[in-house]
Amino acid sequence: MDLTGKLEIVGETHTGLKRTHNEDCIGTDVTAGLVALADGMGGYKAGEVASALAINTLVVDIADRLAAVAPPPQGEEDEGYSPESLLAREIVEKSNDIIYQTSLAQPQYKGMGTTLVMALFYDNRVSIAHVGDSRMYRLRQDALEQITVDHTLMQELIERGFYTPEEARNSMNKNLVTRALGIDPEVQVDIQEDVVLKNDIFLLCSDGLNDMVEDEQIRLTIKENADNLEEAAQKLIQQANENGGNDNVSVILVKSLESFPAKKSWFQKFVDWF
Amino acid sequence: MTAKLILTHDGNTIGEFELNKEQMTIGRKPDNDIQIDNLAVSGQHAKIITILNDSFLEDMNSTNGTYVNGSLVKKHALQDGDSVTIGKHQLRYINKEASSGSDDFEKTMIIRPDAVGMPATAGSQTVERQMAEVNKKVEAQIGKPAGQPAPSGRGNETARLQVLSGANSGKELALTKALTTIGRPGQQVAAITRRPQGYFIIHVEGGDGSFPTINGKQIGTQAHSLNDHDIIEVAGVKMEFFLG
Repeated sequence: MDLTGKLEIVGETHTGLKRTHNEDCIGTDVTAGLVALADGMGGYKAGEVASALAINTLVVDIADRLAAVAPPPQGEEDEGYSPESLLAREIVEKSNDIIYQTSLAQPQYKGMGTTLVMALFYDNRVSIAHVGDSRMYRLRQDALEQITVDHTLMQELIERGFYTPEEARNSMNKNLVTRALGIDPEVQVDIQEDVVLKNDIFLLCSDGLNDMVEDEQIRLTIKENADNLEEAAQKLIQQANENGGNDNVSVILVKSLESFPAKKSWFQKFVDWF
Repeated sequence: MTAKLILTHDGNTIGEFELNKEQMTIGRKPDNDIQIDNLAVSGQHAKIITILNDSFLEDMNSTNGTYVNGSLVKKHALQDGDSVTIGKHQLRYINKEASSGSDDFEKTMIIRPDAVGMPATAGSQTVERQMAEVNKKVEAQIGKPAGQPAPSGRGNETARLQVLSGANSGKELALTKALTTIGRPGQQVAAITRRPQGYFIIHVEGGDGSFPTINGKQIGTQAHSLNDHDIIEVAGVKMEFFLG
């Protein structure tokens, strides 16, 4: 299913003002309905290698295999996920393996890793996979909602009652991630599915954006530039840099222009339940 | 520089303690790392957990409580200059690292034994142990494993809907999918999604501009979290939501 004309996608990445190179990597494929963003970490240049490996693996493999997705065989445990979600998880696990093996094989890449957030659009739905502290938000009408929950020490401390989210913003521990791709032979990937409505705008971003720019400012910027995503993306990056530009900053914006149901509408399949 | 606590009584400094261990206890009994021999102090009064450059204070159900800058606290993330009052003693928290904002610390790091770029002051194995400690504590409090947000909603429990009205009254639908849709096309359709934080209901379409309701209130276009025993109504059918 080709989503050209159904989705508008723009992506921007910037080194920021303090770093010497950009360890973020983004990938988009409107035909496949795929967007992905990774924030690499590691020694000299290793962060860039990790994030690029993740994005390249995802973009190539998902596009390759999307046409052939099918529900898992009867009786197999599918945990209630769609075939697209299961494909996304499988490819994210594969990219984990590729990064991990590369880091073992090449001493200069030892310990490299990367966060990842990706979204796959199909049939008026979206499957979201994420690991680490890169985020997905959704602007629906006037409200911005954070869809992913960070895998960070800070998020755990918030859940345990040591911090409020407001206090967390000023803490020094905010950049410690508890999960990343390429660090271990196995990785636990969070998968979510959600409904896509016309005019929804999805934002994927690295922490270089949400550490530097408040959610309310992000909301206003996207809302005010909803008809010009290119402008919205550039303004978000500009704001991160105006506020200090401490980190690489990447954003991907996806707007749902038109309904994109599969041939048999997904709710036709399920709503006869009443 | 390691963070430290300066112990004073009536304005006189009587001790100085470096927070160089992952966990330090404060209390009246001699086996505490920081002993305050005064009857206003409980045997085991409070403890301080230190993770990299930040420290966290937790009251251990003391008799007279623990105060930070005048406010009673159970748990508190310490900040440079905080004044902790235990009985008639005060502990001032000094931590120049946490407020310096050095560029290096802005870098994203992974909490792993072999991670590159871990601060030299805290071996990453220490952090692992600290995380294990924090996790154990949380498990004790909330009765379920911490540090692993359940991939499929809350724990292993499967949420379900029970129909309360209409021809299918009494019928149950187990919410086993990551995304379940309910309703009647053209009239009203809603979706229930499973997220790490729990279950959410989302309006999908309403022929006459109407929205589903939770406990009698229309939900609008935003996702709403579902709580155990919430009553939802979609396309004129009332249902009760059960978490497990």
